[in-house]
Amino acid sequence: MKLTLKVWRQETKDAPGALQTYEVDDISPDYSFLEMLDMLNERLEEQGQRPVAFDHDCREGVCGACSMMVDGQAHGPQARTTTCQLHMREFTDGDTIVIEPWRATAFSIVQDLMVDRSAFDRIIQAGGFISVNTGSAPEANLMPIPKDVADDAFDAATCIGCGACVAQCPNGAAQLFTAAKIGHLSLLPQGQAERDTRAVSMVEQMESELFGSCSNFRECEAVCPKAISIDWIARMNRDYLRAKLKGVTRR
Amino acid sequence: MIMLDAKSPSGPLEAQWSGYRDHLKLVAPTNRRKFEVVIVGSGLAGAAAAATLGEAGYNVKCFCFQDSPRRAHSIAAQGGINAAKNYRNDGDSTFRLFYDTIKGGDFRSRESNVYRLAEVSVEIIDQAVAQGVPFAREYGGLLDNRSFGGAQVARTFYARGQTGQQLLLGAYQALARQIEAGTVQMFTRTEMLDVVVEDGRAKGIVTRDLVSGEISSHAAHAVVLASGGYSNVYFLSTNAKACNVTAAWRAHRRGALFANPCFTQIHPTCIPQSGEYQAKLTLMSESLRNDGRIWVAKEAEDNRRARDIPERERDYYLETRYPSFGNLVPRDVASRNAKGVVDEGRGVGPLKNGVYLDFSDAIGRLGRDAIEEKYGNLFEMYERITGENPYEAPMRIYPAPHYTMGGLWVDYNLMSNVDGLFVIGEANFSDHGANRLGASALMQGLADGYFIVPYTIASYLAPHLGETVTAGGAAFQQTEKEVSERLARFMQASGKRTVDTFHRELGQIVRDECGMSRSKAGLTRALQKIPVLREEFHANLNLAGNGEGLNMSLERAGRVADFFELAELMCIDALDREESCGGHFREESQTSDGEALRDDENFTHVSAWEHTGDASSPILHNEPLEFEAVQLTQRSYK
Repeated sequence: MKLTLKVWRQETKDAPGALQTYEVDDISPDYSFLEMLDMLNERLEEQGQRPVAFDHDCREGVCGACSMMVDGQAHGPQARTTTCQLHMREFTDGDTIVIEPWRATAFSIVQDLMVDRSAFDRIIQAGGFISVNTGSAPEANLMPIPKDVADDAFDAATCIGCGACVAQCPNGAAQLFTAAKIGHLSLLPQGQAERDTRAVSMVEQMESELFGSCSNFRECEAVCPKAISIDWIARMNRDYLRAKLKGVTRR
Repeated sequence: MIMLDAKSPSGPLEAQWSGYRDHLKLVAPTNRRKFEVVIVGSGLAGAAAAATLGEAGYNVKCFCFQDSPRRAHSIAAQGGINAAKNYRNDGDSTFRLFYDTIKGGDFRSRESNVYRLAEVSVEIIDQAVAQGVPFAREYGGLLDNRSFGGAQVARTFYARGQTGQQLLLGAYQALARQIEAGTVQMFTRTEMLDVVVEDGRAKGIVTRDLVSGEISSHAAHAVVLASGGYSNVYFLSTNAKACNVTAAWRAHRRGALFANPCFTQIHPTCIPQSGEYQAKLTLMSESLRNDGRIWVAKEAEDNRRARDIPERERDYYLETRYPSFGNLVPRDVASRNAKGVVDEGRGVGPLKNGVYLDFSDAIGRLGRDAIEEKYGNLFEMYERITGENPYEAPMRIYPAPHYTMGGLWVDYNLMSNVDGLFVIGEANFSDHGANRLGASALMQGLADGYFIVPYTIASYLAPHLGETVTAGGAAFQQTEKEVSERLARFMQASGKRTVDTFHRELGQIVRDECGMSRSKAGLTRALQKIPVLREEFHANLNLAGNGEGLNMSLERAGRVADFFELAELMCIDALDREESCGGHFREESQTSDGEALRDDENFTHVSAWEHTGDASSPILHNEPLEFEAVQLTQRSYK
C-alpha cells in the first residue's frame, strides 16, 4: 500500500505546530497503524530527521498509552479499537490520512502526537480508590456479590484511561472517564463507605482541571475503545447530587 | 569474594515465614517518616510496594517511564492469578501450590521462597477483592476459578481476559491514594539510568526526565527495583515496546549478581508473526487451552483449509503425547512441541509458522455464548489482528518470548548482594526456577510488593535510623557524570544505522540460538556474533536530534546497548548449563523421547554471574539448591 500522511509536528508544548506531509509505501495490510508509523520513523531517522513522537507501549489495546486522532476520529475509524490495534487493512491504497494529537485544553501537547494526561491521574488521586490498607482485608468470599453486579462493575472498570472520550468531545469533557471509575467502585459493596465523598471529590477535581462540561453529545461513548456507556455519567450525576444534598464535601 | 547467603530460614517449611517474620526488626510508626525509599517501576510489584510502604508511613519516591503508573506492563496480563484458596474443594492446599510451582520450575528454585509465595497467595485475593477488583463470580456471588497449565486443580482467579489490568488498577488506586496523602511522590516519564553504590551499599539512583532530558539524583536509605523482565532482548516478544533491562542491568554493572539469565519463557499461545516489520507479538491467554484443542495435520505440507481436513488426518499431538495433562501441559512443554511440529513442515497459516487452537468442540459442547462469555475479548483481539474469525476457523498460534525467570539474585529478604538494593517482581530471579506456571507472575509480583518486601525492608532500615541521606556527595556526582557521558557518546556516534535495525538483528540471533532450543554449536556461534554486532552498534549508530529534550531514539539506544550485554550473558549462562531444565532446552541433554533431561548431580544450583567490567568475561558464583520437602523427579505430564 502507498499512503499520504499528514502528521501534526510540534517540537515542544509552547512551540507552534503544523501538519507535515509524508509519503509512505510498501505498507502491508497486515501491519498495525503504529507499525506503519514505526516504518515512517525509521525512514525519517535514516534521513537524519527527528522521528514523530507518539505514546504507545503494550500494543495490545489495554495500557491506554496510544492516543491519536486519525482522520478526525479518536483512535481511527474502527469501532471499539485502540490505535495500536487498528490495522492497515482498514485503509485503501492511495488514501490520505490525517494524524493529530488529542485536542483538549486539559491535555497540553508534549511533542507531536504526545500529550499530557496527568489530569486523569489527579482525578483518581482525589478519590478513585477504596481505602483499604494492605493486610486489613477480610476473607475474600465473606461478602458475596451478585454476578450481574460484578459484571456491571467490570464493564466500567475496563476503562483504559486513554483519553479518547475527552479528545472527541466538542467540549473536551472528562465525564465518561470520571464516571467509569465512580461507577465501578460505587456498585460494589466494598465501595459504599466512601461512595459520597468519592463522587464529590472526583467530580470537583475534574471540574478544577481544564476539562469542559458534558452536554450529552455522546461522542465519548462512540469512540471509547472499551465501549463504556454514557449511562455511567447519569449514575455519576445521581451519586454526586445525592451526596451534595446530604451536604458532603471534598475529602 | 562474594558470599552468596540465601538467608533461608531453617525448620519445617510451613513455619518458616511466620517464624522469620516474628524476628525481623521493626521500625516504629513515628520513625518511618525518617526513611526515604526509592522504588523503580510501578507495575504490580512496584505499585504494591509503593502503596504499602506509603501506608506504613515511609517517604517513598516511585518512578516510571510511562506517562502514568497505570500503564505499566503488568496491565497486559490476561489469564489470571493463582491462590491456594481451595474454594473448589478439589484438594488444593498451600503445599500443592508450592509443589506445582517447584515442579513446574523443574526444581531450579528455592523451596523456602516458593513456599512463602504459596502461603501469601491467599492474602492477595483478599486484598484485591477489598480494593474493588471485579473478579469473575458465580451466580451465588462467590468467586469463580478456572484451571491453568501445570496444575490438576482449579485455583486461578480471573477477571475476564483482563486480570492483570484489574489487579494493576487496584494497586494503582492504592498508590494514587498514597500520592494524595503525600507519602508517595510519583515521577512519571522518568527513567532510572543508574544506581548509586557507595561502600557496597545502594544510596540512591540517577534518572533522566524523558521530556526535558534533565539528569537528576535521588538519595534513599533503600532502593527497590521493580522494573520487570527482559524478554525484549529478543526484539519480538509479547512485552510492551518500552520494557527493558536497563535498571537491572545498571545495578548488575554496579555489583548486583545476575542469576540464571538463560531461564526465559517462550509462551505457547501467541499470534504467529505475519511480516518482517512487525513490532511485537501478541499473546492469547493460556486460559484458552482450557477449551481449545491444539492440532496440526498429520502429514507435512497439507495445504487444505482446517475445516477440510478430516478428523482422522489431524494430529492432536499434545493430547496424544501427554494424556493426563493434554492441552494443559506447562508452557515450556507446549512451546517445544509446537516448534517440533512446525519444524517438521506441519505448520499452518500462510507462512506455515503456527499450529491450530480449535474451539469448535467447545462451542459444540457449551454453546457459542458460553465461549464468548469466557473469552470474548480475546477472540475479538484475535480477529482485529489477523482479520480471521475464531468462532468459525481455528485460531493460529505459535510460541513467543514472554517472561524471564532469570533476574537479579536476591536472598530470602528479596535483597540483592548489594546492601539496601531490593529487587521484586519479574526483575528478580527468585520463585519460578527454570519455568513459570501460568497465573503465577501476578501472584509473585503482588506477593513481593504487598506482603514480603514491606516486612523485610523495615528490618533492613531499622539499624540505619538517624542516618541522613543526600544526593550531593562524590558518589552521586561521579555516577551522574558517567550517565551524562554515556548519553553523549550515543549522540556523538555518526554512523548509518538506526537503533531498531540493530535491535532486530540482535533479537534474531538470540531467538535462533538462545530461544526454545539451545545447543553448544549455536550458542558458540551467538557468542561470536554478539560482540561483533555490539561493536558495530557503538560505531555505526545513527541518532537524530540531541540529548537535551524528548528523544525516543536516544532512550531506545540506551536500552538496546544494555540488551547487547545481557544477550551475551544469557548465551554464556546457557552454554555453561549443560542440562535441559524447564524453558532451557539443551539439545545435547534430552530423554530418548525428546523430553528435557536434567542433570541434578551437576546443576542443582542457581548460577549467579558477577560483572567484571568486560561483558564477555563474567565470574560465576553458585548457590546450591537444597530440597527437603520435595523429591527431585523427572517432570512428567504424561
